[in-house]
Amino acid sequence: MDTNAISTILGRLAAVGYHAPWRRFDVDTRTWTAIAESLGEGGADLLGLWGDANTVHLALRVPPGDPCVISLAIAEGSFPSVGRLHPPAIRLERAVSDLYGHRPAHAPDGRTWLDHGQWGLYAPLGAGIPVPRRDPVDYEFQAVHGHGLNLIPVGPVHAGIIEPGHFRFTANGETVARLEERLGYVHKGIDGLLTNVDLAKAARIVARASGDSTVALSFAFARATEGALGVDAPPRAVVLRGVMAELERIANHCGDIGAICNDAAFALIHAHCGIFRERVLAACDKAFGHRLMMDRIVPGGIAQDIAPGGGAAIIAELDDIAPRFDEIVALYDDTPSLQDRTCGTGHVAGDLVNRWAAGGHVGRASGRDFDARRDLAYPPYRGLAFAVPLYAAGDVDARVRVRIDEIRASLRMVKEWFADLPDGPVLAALPQAAAPREGIAITEAFRGDVLVWLRLGAGGQVARCHVRDASWFQWPLLEAAIENNIVADFPLCNKSFNCSYSGHDL
Amino acid sequence: MRTLLLKSLFARPVTVKAPDAADSGLEELGRTLAAGGRRLFGRSLTIREVDAGSCNGCELEIHALNNSIYDVERFGLRFAASPRHADVLLVTGPVTHNMKTALERTYAATPAPKWVVAVGDCGCGCGVFEGSYAVIGAVDKVIPVDLHIRGCPPRPIDLLRGLIALVDKAAQARVRGTEDAAQPSG
Repeated sequence: MDTNAISTILGRLAAVGYHAPWRRFDVDTRTWTAIAESLGEGGADLLGLWGDANTVHLALRVPPGDPCVISLAIAEGSFPSVGRLHPPAIRLERAVSDLYGHRPAHAPDGRTWLDHGQWGLYAPLGAGIPVPRRDPVDYEFQAVHGHGLNLIPVGPVHAGIIEPGHFRFTANGETVARLEERLGYVHKGIDGLLTNVDLAKAARIVARASGDSTVALSFAFARATEGALGVDAPPRAVVLRGVMAELERIANHCGDIGAICNDAAFALIHAHCGIFRERVLAACDKAFGHRLMMDRIVPGGIAQDIAPGGGAAIIAELDDIAPRFDEIVALYDDTPSLQDRTCGTGHVAGDLVNRWAAGGHVGRASGRDFDARRDLAYPPYRGLAFAVPLYAAGDVDARVRVRIDEIRASLRMVKEWFADLPDGPVLAALPQAAAPREGIAITEAFRGDVLVWLRLGAGGQVARCHVRDASWFQWPLLEAAIENNIVADFPLCNKSFNCSYSGHDL
Repeated sequence: MRTLLLKSLFARPVTVKAPDAADSGLEELGRTLAAGGRRLFGRSLTIREVDAGSCNGCELEIHALNNSIYDVERFGLRFAASPRHADVLLVTGPVTHNMKTALERTYAATPAPKWVVAVGDCGCGCGVFEGSYAVIGAVDKVIPVDLHIRGCPPRPIDLLRGLIALVDKAAQARVRGTEDAAQPSG
């Protein structure tokens, strides 16, 4: 059976001894290609693909097992393309090629992705050869042929208060025939900054890969570090991490639901959801000293204990918000003019989300039953019973409903945790690693699973660290979602995805 | 919906009972802004936000200025969709090499008189992204900046306070520069 092909291959190999908690295998070209073929046949979920000095790493998971990493040494500057066999890898390979100069051999798309010709450097993390800057608009978009087609270029500077990216629509009248994205505008060189840097600095950088997911990112970074060093965070810190992660989810989902309705010109829900979000952030500020709870989760636990009375303040806010939120949901349900815009709009097929292993509301609204909190069961979610919403419709409405259900589940979780909050310290000491250690972790951010992989060198420095945001496997599906929809529904579709530009561009 | 609207009719405005401790500060700041803004623009200041490389944390807080609690429009501040309609560019950073051209073009498209506000520790300095091959750094390395609002990210209340400072600064500059430019207030 296909689903066993990768497990069979990996079963014959020995994992490297210093990678935790999941296994990493050094593989040869033949094994790499065999695994890529199996990925293309649906044998596993691709979780990430990133470069290293002389290596390329690929993270994958054969459900329902644990994720794992395979690594291939670069030979003559290249590695066999995975994207050729499994399209979700195409953009990741283009990024590896841009940053390290490792060429994916026989790749279907040879264009640059993050490199817009503005760095003055070729392969900044590889050879780093100075090159003259190019015209940033010098990029070959895919050709679209047909009668009566018109081109609508949008961005990188958009009309709203949002991040920059370029969308090129080819429309036939009002109907979108094709959308092609061009991203990379907010590329800050995070992979480079996370090379040979001390742990505390690395934690602050990872927390800023995507500000809206700062808690989930810090959570993953902390767990990857703890995995590498074999440390556990104290019980009180573990629960408070969960509290912060769920508060981040509630705040962002509230913001998204409001913004989606606003893009359908229904301002009332937007106004109320904006108030909910603001109240949650204000409570976070009181309890944890920062509205977005940035830098609160650190390797070993959390940076500081919750403020006295912080828990009670959060519970009071959430208790007050819950019935008001129900009223807003009822309003959403009772407004046909609003649902006329959300139902059937921006449909993503189930087989696409499965092939792309798209996480979060994008996956779960199209029937992909995966939630890292439940399926990878990291603490404090291990042993916790909570509902993971699943819808099959795959439209904007389903993505709204996933968020509604998740807010309700998160409200319950936070209350349960505070009812039984363990006492004790919130930060464990980290041992100094004598030899290089590697760690990996996945956490469920509000928009889907984020992966952090790292290698610690001697002296506790981060030798190399990579962050993979959920957006990598969601952005390409937005191109599919908008197809055959009207141009005016793009904001609605885009907001229902709410992919991160910064988290993707790194 | 009828019940909800009816309730809203009788409910006290959320803007007044904002949960932030700076609640009272908000109104006071609003008054300063109204007076300063009127001198210069009559009654409004239009803002165009430009993300030139931010992690999106600053954007979240700038967004919050528009919610019912901060409700920035009651002070005559509003966000425009195009730089051609803007008096102020609110720029977050660090400015990446990939956004440099777009930022320069946005600045060029903004009609004078115009002001630039650099927002956040990255927009004002370079934040944690200092030393990367991919970033130029602070906004003022690319376009002239009139005001810096620091914070990672700055709170909405700090953003509001900063915008008021800008209005005052702009008004003073205008009075010094051209005597006939300043409009009588009120």
